[in-house]
Amino acid sequence: MTLDELEEIAASEREEQKKISHRINVSVAAGCLSMHSDQVFKILQAEVQKRGLEGSCKVKAVGCMGLCAAGPLVRSEPQHTYYRALSPDTPEVLSAVVENLDGRPVPEFALSPDIPFFAAQQRIVLENCGEIDPERIEDYIGVGGYESLLNCVANRSREDVVQEIIRSGLRGRGGGGYPTGLKWSMVAKAQGEQKYVICNADEGDPGAFMDRSVLESDPHRVLEGMAIAAYAVGASKGYIYCRAEYPLAVKRLKVAIRQAERMGLLGKRIGESDFGFEVEVRLGAGAFVCGEETALIASVEGNRGVPRPRPPFPSYSGLYRCPTLLNNVETFANVAPILRKGGDWFASIGTDKSKGTKVFALVGDVVNTGLIEVPMGIKLRDLVFSLGGGIPENRKFKAVQTGGPSGGCIPEQFLDMGVDYESLASAGSIMGSGGMIVMDETACMVDVAKFFMDFTRDESCGKCTPCRVGTTQLHGLLERISEGKGQMEDLATLERLGGMVKRTALCGLGQTAPNPVSSTLRYFRSEYVRHIVDKTCAQGKCPCSRTVDRAVEK
Amino acid sequence: MQAYPASVPLPSGDKRWKLVEATMRRHGYKAAALIEVLHTVQESFGFLDDVSLRYVASSLRVPLSKVFGVATYYHFFSLKPPGEHNCVVCMGTGCYVKGAGDLMKAIEETAHIRAGETTPDGKVSVVAARCIGSCSLAPAVVFDGEVIPRAQPSAVRDQLRRWIGHDAG
Repeated sequence: MTLDELEEIAASEREEQKKISHRINVSVAAGCLSMHSDQVFKILQAEVQKRGLEGSCKVKAVGCMGLCAAGPLVRSEPQHTYYRALSPDTPEVLSAVVENLDGRPVPEFALSPDIPFFAAQQRIVLENCGEIDPERIEDYIGVGGYESLLNCVANRSREDVVQEIIRSGLRGRGGGGYPTGLKWSMVAKAQGEQKYVICNADEGDPGAFMDRSVLESDPHRVLEGMAIAAYAVGASKGYIYCRAEYPLAVKRLKVAIRQAERMGLLGKRIGESDFGFEVEVRLGAGAFVCGEETALIASVEGNRGVPRPRPPFPSYSGLYRCPTLLNNVETFANVAPILRKGGDWFASIGTDKSKGTKVFALVGDVVNTGLIEVPMGIKLRDLVFSLGGGIPENRKFKAVQTGGPSGGCIPEQFLDMGVDYESLASAGSIMGSGGMIVMDETACMVDVAKFFMDFTRDESCGKCTPCRVGTTQLHGLLERISEGKGQMEDLATLERLGGMVKRTALCGLGQTAPNPVSSTLRYFRSEYVRHIVDKTCAQGKCPCSRTVDRAVEK
Repeated sequence: MQAYPASVPLPSGDKRWKLVEATMRRHGYKAAALIEVLHTVQESFGFLDDVSLRYVASSLRVPLSKVFGVATYYHFFSLKPPGEHNCVVCMGTGCYVKGAGDLMKAIEETAHIRAGETTPDGKVSVVAARCIGSCSLAPAVVFDGEVIPRAQPSAVRDQLRRWIGHDAG
């Protein structure tokens, strides 16, 4: 397919959509599906048919709209009203939604698009999520999809594409924050007949689910980003390494790949040029360490996902020892808009060193749990209290945990800090993939630290001693403290041992594993001391407080 | 030396082996397809047993020790048959701060087994998951593939009792 042919399809798709004056978008991403949005979809469709409105109103299955707390979510257009918590058990409400397509929105269930959760977002990665049908490639083409790819192939040199990404200042969204353009130029310059592009969709950080949501809601966006990357670095083969725990994302990816191949947007001779790019999905099998690039590559090769020392970096010697470009889902999702609107446009968003937007998963003790995309540099306070709607039940804010098991807990005094790669690192945490777990006063920080050490201890692959033994020892110390059997010198041991693991572990998993412990020790030391001296957990989460309870009961 | 690809006879007449063979054929019997093939085996048979590991090893010409190593390295693969019903409790951070620990306790007490085990009558398996990505609807459990958002210990207990048949009827 050529660029002209693509534009023709896009134009006719837009023409088709213009004919329909009303649309009811129903989210069928995994979150809303678990609350039976598929049945809501069917009932709404039946209501439209009953009224004979098929010609003017379309009920459309779309991806994630972000506000999971209010799911299943539905949006009525052109009113631009969100409806929250619709249920197949209350068909009369669904009937009223269809009845009032032009009238006043059903008040109890309507949600204004002007609430901060929606209004304060700036959507680039998520711009199509909740707008298009993820299982229809025409929908994606209708909003300008694959235009960047075909334009690059037809009109731009490989170097030019890499330069555009460098200009944008885009940094890896998987957590490391390595400059994407630099990585691309390294792979582009690397010598090798065969090169690979791999998309890291092994979203292992518990508490983060933006990659799942993007793959379920807008899979073509990721494929287009990968294909552009392949063109820029000279790769002809790509893999998406996706978690087996995300069956819906895998299914939609496979559908998307098939559709794109059929239209000649993937496969051989893309845009009728000499450039070809084939993509396959590879399933992960539940190993957290496979998010680390060398471990991921080992897993794609069919081996145990165990990291290896770098250098050589995958950019020079990766999959099957060929130059390999490895980026995260969200990173690839940023590529097409950057090439459409220019690197300078992207660089105008965000902060000095962290450009663009970031998708965050707001979860835990916060009212508006869900996915949001905001410019880098937004204040933590705005995220939690404005977009997030604050803490439920008027409880007090205690900390935000970012970066998963590799990150740390950020206390109240940093609420006015702008969120970017550097500021989070200076606060003792990391950006990570963007999970933000809000914790209120009922959370015990020793318990949280123990939770994460239990995680990394279990997920340590065992190859290097500092990680294998260190995480176990750290966990043992925390366990002792939580049981009320700790001693004050244990705190110094935690710090010393944590520092040692950080300095000497082989890969990112081990090097960052002590972060949850060191950050809680830094900001919530008094809680540790209380467990040791008073042998009690103020929040009642640890075993030590349970022995007290039992003593009282007796 | 045998000609490539090796023609290894199917372990039995069970039709599900054809699915496994199809996956191997699609990947050209390459060793790199090992994980994909193990996924197909587990999808078809529910778990990986001795027979399947040996069959996959000889078909892909990979040492049995490596197949065993890969199968035991990844959490997703199970070497034991699953229960008739499957209960997955998400123990991700989002679910943990929202009380997944209490859910797990309720489940373990009701089913009298620990996470990773199956009831002796083979009715129910209980699995702890790392994170299923339903963090915003925490705490989440998955009953036979269906995600239950904001799960409550009482409701979870009831479902388990129905499966185990304690107070059936």
